[in-house]
Amino acid sequence: MTALAVQRLEKSFGGLRVARALDLLVEPGERRLIIGPNGAGKTTLFNLIAGEIEPDGGTVALFGVDITALPVQRRAHLGLARTYQIITLFPKDTLLHNLLLSLLGLSRLRWNPLTRLKAQAALESEARRRLAEIGLGHLADRPLAQTSYGERRRVEIAMALAQKPRVLLLDEPFAGLSLDERRDVQALLTAVPRDVTMVMIEHDMDVALDFADRISVMHLGEIVVEGTRAEVVADSRTREIYLGE
Amino acid sequence: MKRIAIGIAILLLAAVPLWVGGSFYVNIVSQVLIAAIFALGLDILVGYGGLISLGHAGLFGVAAYTVAVMLGAGFGHVAAIVAAIALTLAATAVFGVLALRTTGIGFIMITLALGQLLWGLAYRWIDLTHGDNGLSGNSRPAPFGISLDPTNHFYYATLIVFLLVIAAVALLTGSPFGASLRGTRDQPRRMAALGFDVWKIRFLACLFSGFCSGIAGILFFYYNEFISPHALALSASAEVLLMVIAGGSATLLGPIAGATLVVVMKSVMSAYIERWNFTLGAIFVLIVLFMPEGLVPGSRRLSRWLWATLKALRGGTATPAESQR
Repeated sequence: MTALAVQRLEKSFGGLRVARALDLLVEPGERRLIIGPNGAGKTTLFNLIAGEIEPDGGTVALFGVDITALPVQRRAHLGLARTYQIITLFPKDTLLHNLLLSLLGLSRLRWNPLTRLKAQAALESEARRRLAEIGLGHLADRPLAQTSYGERRRVEIAMALAQKPRVLLLDEPFAGLSLDERRDVQALLTAVPRDVTMVMIEHDMDVALDFADRISVMHLGEIVVEGTRAEVVADSRTREIYLGE
Repeated sequence: MKRIAIGIAILLLAAVPLWVGGSFYVNIVSQVLIAAIFALGLDILVGYGGLISLGHAGLFGVAAYTVAVMLGAGFGHVAAIVAAIALTLAATAVFGVLALRTTGIGFIMITLALGQLLWGLAYRWIDLTHGDNGLSGNSRPAPFGISLDPTNHFYYATLIVFLLVIAAVALLTGSPFGASLRGTRDQPRRMAALGFDVWKIRFLACLFSGFCSGIAGILFFYYNEFISPHALALSASAEVLLMVIAGGSATLLGPIAGATLVVVMKSVMSAYIERWNFTLGAIFVLIVLFMPEGLVPGSRRLSRWLWATLKALRGGTATPAESQR
């Protein structure tokens, strides 16, 4: 069964068509890279898949379940997690609290007004374990605002992974990172088990091409080239669209 | 340490009739407690939910008018109070469904409009509300056979309700639900992506806030044994919002400090200062200038700075800059 099936997806903002009968099929465990020039509609595609934007037409299915009409939070409960191009976390809160929120998101406990969050030892120990896994255990009690950009990016990915997603959407996870930070994030993503399907938008070809099993090249709301790294690189349309040759 | 401070505060409040001297001041403290319940409820929405309401006086008024109308129709206190809470929750649910279609300025404007609608009803539905003349009551409840007519008895009943409300607010804000609510204030988009139903969380916070407004409205009616459209006016909604902001939103003590400031200025200082409104305005300006985060968090910040400065002057290691962290 296909992990993520986007079929005939349509979206326009006024006269601007940002998704044109777009098809994208991602197999379970696959690492799919989506590339394309600025304005190709890559982030919009993620927003459509995640439910943050309503499509004008077409369908999105997650492991065979049609999620097109489901709200964002329901999709998270069905196993869809994402990161954002611009990190959107909780800067005033500690790293631990950020992780706690991601664990709470899928727990019934989130509705409970009668117990203390600080008394949830199991939840806290899981959050600390997740932070330790990404090498940030020692910063658990530090406010996120007092950490580096690279550390925040790792926290964001750890939050998505803490939800045990079946499909993870990564929107430019390497953007704005230093070389060392890229290495850390790359190691983190490489260690993700194959039972998590990953779709990544990335401009950094050095890191991204190593990551991908298959690559989709987007241009003006369409996927124009799709295939393995070798196939995509060899395709003249890739150079024409992406490299401007 | 915190528990000792809470214990001392409760003891001091319980001993108010002994140390303030005279029913006038006991009544002032009762008014402060009622206003604090109202402000604590609003703070759930404003401080923890990031949703500024300018219509909460309408909900406060729904509860007060319901008690007045029910008592006037010959119902008992229990029925009147239950009906008041039920009707306030129903009105809050309508507020929530309509206003939570948006946030920010949109939310403020819709709550303002709904509050004005309720004020208009109180003012113009003369058959039911007696319009500008308001509605009077002629008795207070007597739970367990203890009449709340005497000033001190009413004060203690108000104090018990206040303690229950503050305990409920403390429990809620420290709970997983409280963390969810704060998350929806800070990053609603991220919260939805994490699996939180942002609308439902805000709606439930709205209901709790309305519930507290209703409790305050009921106490207000029993305290004054009178309700008029003035209590539902825009100025009343703005006043309770100022209590929250001036005291410090998203804190437990802030709304209480704000309520104390406003009630004392209105009820005590107005006897000594002719232009007390101007003075209150000037105080708010000073708070905004020097403690933009509100009296309680601002005082904490200043005390940390003072402490560090004193330590530095005595040759300690801490510096004022360190105290800012």
